[in-house]
Amino acid sequence: MTATEGKTKKFQTPRSFTDKKLSLQKLELKANDIRQDIIKSLEAAGSGHSAGPLGLADIFTALYFDILKHDPKHPDWDDRDILLLSNGHCVPVQYTAMAHAGYLPKKELLTLRSYKSRLQGHPERHALPGLENTSGPLGSGLSQGAGMALTMRMNKQSHRWVYVVMGDGELNEGNIWEAAMFANKYKLHNLIGIVDRNNIQIDGTTEHVMPLEDLRAKWESFGWHVVDVDGNNIEAVIDACSMARAIVEKPTVLIAHTIPGKGVDYMEFDHHWHGMPVGIADVAGAPPKNQQAREALHDLRSLRGKITGDHE
Amino acid sequence: MSNLHLLDTKDWGLEPIRKGFGRGLADAGAKNEQIVALCADLTSSTQISLFAEQFPERFVEVGIAEQNLVTVASGMAAMGKIPFTASYAAFSPGRNWEQIKTTVALNNQNVKIIGAHAGLYTGPDGATHQMLEDVAIMRVMPNMVVIVPGDSLEAYKATLAIANDPRPTYLRLARDKSPIMTTDQTPFEIGKAYIYTPGHDLTIIANGTVTSLAVQAAESLFKDAIDAEVIHSPTVKPLDEETIYKSVKKTRAVVVVEEAQRAGGLGGAVSEFLSENLPVPVVRVGVRDQYGQSGTPEQLIHHYGLSKHHIMMAAHHAVDMKK
Ligand SMILES: [Mg+2]
Repeated sequence: MTATEGKTKKFQTPRSFTDKKLSLQKLELKANDIRQDIIKSLEAAGSGHSAGPLGLADIFTALYFDILKHDPKHPDWDDRDILLLSNGHCVPVQYTAMAHAGYLPKKELLTLRSYKSRLQGHPERHALPGLENTSGPLGSGLSQGAGMALTMRMNKQSHRWVYVVMGDGELNEGNIWEAAMFANKYKLHNLIGIVDRNNIQIDGTTEHVMPLEDLRAKWESFGWHVVDVDGNNIEAVIDACSMARAIVEKPTVLIAHTIPGKGVDYMEFDHHWHGMPVGIADVAGAPPKNQQAREALHDLRSLRGKITGDHE
Repeated sequence: MSNLHLLDTKDWGLEPIRKGFGRGLADAGAKNEQIVALCADLTSSTQISLFAEQFPERFVEVGIAEQNLVTVASGMAAMGKIPFTASYAAFSPGRNWEQIKTTVALNNQNVKIIGAHAGLYTGPDGATHQMLEDVAIMRVMPNMVVIVPGDSLEAYKATLAIANDPRPTYLRLARDKSPIMTTDQTPFEIGKAYIYTPGHDLTIIANGTVTSLAVQAAESLFKDAIDAEVIHSPTVKPLDEETIYKSVKKTRAVVVVEEAQRAGGLGGAVSEFLSENLPVPVVRVGVRDQYGQSGTPEQLIHHYGLSKHHIMMAAHHAVDMKK
């Protein structure tokens, strides 16, 4: 060792944040906290998507707090798993989960979508360490994930996985199916797709806008192993991902059935909340706009009480 | 001016520009194991086949899927590879511009977009395959380098150069054979323009296959008492503003020649630069807001007004406007 090397800052070996397993109850509480912070950050932003991020909160909690090998202190760690959010408009859930994991201060969530914020309206890789790609225009994430998974194989990194979260409306895009064919050709078993099957997109229900069913049969016919999973059940998501990692001969896609707007009564199943935050407009079936955030947080706090067994 | 080791026009050879790319990529691949090549079912005609044969384990066939072509490449670049993607320019970047913008340029990934069979030299394939808008649409993309080599030897050198450069890059290639004006000793650097013919009365700026026509036009213009300086500018972006400025400061009149739409390409780049820094007459020789058609390259070059004769007329027009 040279004299200079001796003086450099002691390098801490990266360690996976998810080595220490949280109890299911702790994970559920985490998802609830993340939902509350999503509401607060969307309210502060005054624009952005509500339904998707709320519906995905359990999946992102499972990913960042149990499934992914990652280290928020070393976002570029060579051994990390990769998570790509292909439907970039749902990024509030990713920012919030990342904040809870320690990638950024939680108070920064209130800068969402604002001028000079690292939390751009749609994710930009260069803006925030820990983001793996730039997305927003739909349909490109699965191909990028396939390129990464193929490279891991070329580099003989058999211990790494690529997870790609996609929207269901996003499956209208041809680019997705180009990627699906490609992943099958190269048998990219280290690529795991997660489709947020919440049945809504901007113009209405997916089956009204552009029918996706039989979705399982579509993926299967493209050569993928398909797992239907309750995407609002953290334990089920974790189990499905373990199963996906055990499938070695083909890529796996989870069709994760989620409830859009999950946890906020007046938003659940209502596609009007796809692209809208709380507090900007009066909507039939929802409280007046100035009470939407309060009521959403109230709903989520009641749910929190049910998880802990305490009653308000 | 340093010696560029150019050939006299009488000694020019002939070879398709794309051939130089094929050899360049195979040689770059031998030097750097991180280079991978991706193709969309056009392995042989894009000449990426040379690499594919030598390094099959680093070659990825994506099928006829240009959106997937560049997005898979983006993922591979994110993991440290240097992907070269090849298709016809009409399809990549013609079809997948948004994917290139979002996942390569904005994402700033080191992906090389090789647009083969660009321009009128695509010949009999007709309008759908004669990509004339590629220079314009790639040039307006922040972070993107745009290179249009003038002959096959320069395409070879450009391929090696972009392999060593971390920026996303568009490299434009032509199908049919065109003159070889340079030699192995002729320099190539990204961002550099080269004075092929020195002169005082007019600056002709050209790239691609039609650089040769610009050089021939300058020879004939000399007999018309116009002493034209020919600048070959293979890099459209970043433009070699210094070389262009120095030349135009002296000549005060410009003709730009390119085998692409007049709107937005090299002519656009030169006009934008000069209008803000050194306003002088700029006459652009290129395709005038039209689509191509089937024919031989020679027929098409005449039909669309890019011949030596047309360049000479443009030169007289530019010089006249000085007065
Ligand atoms: Mg949806």
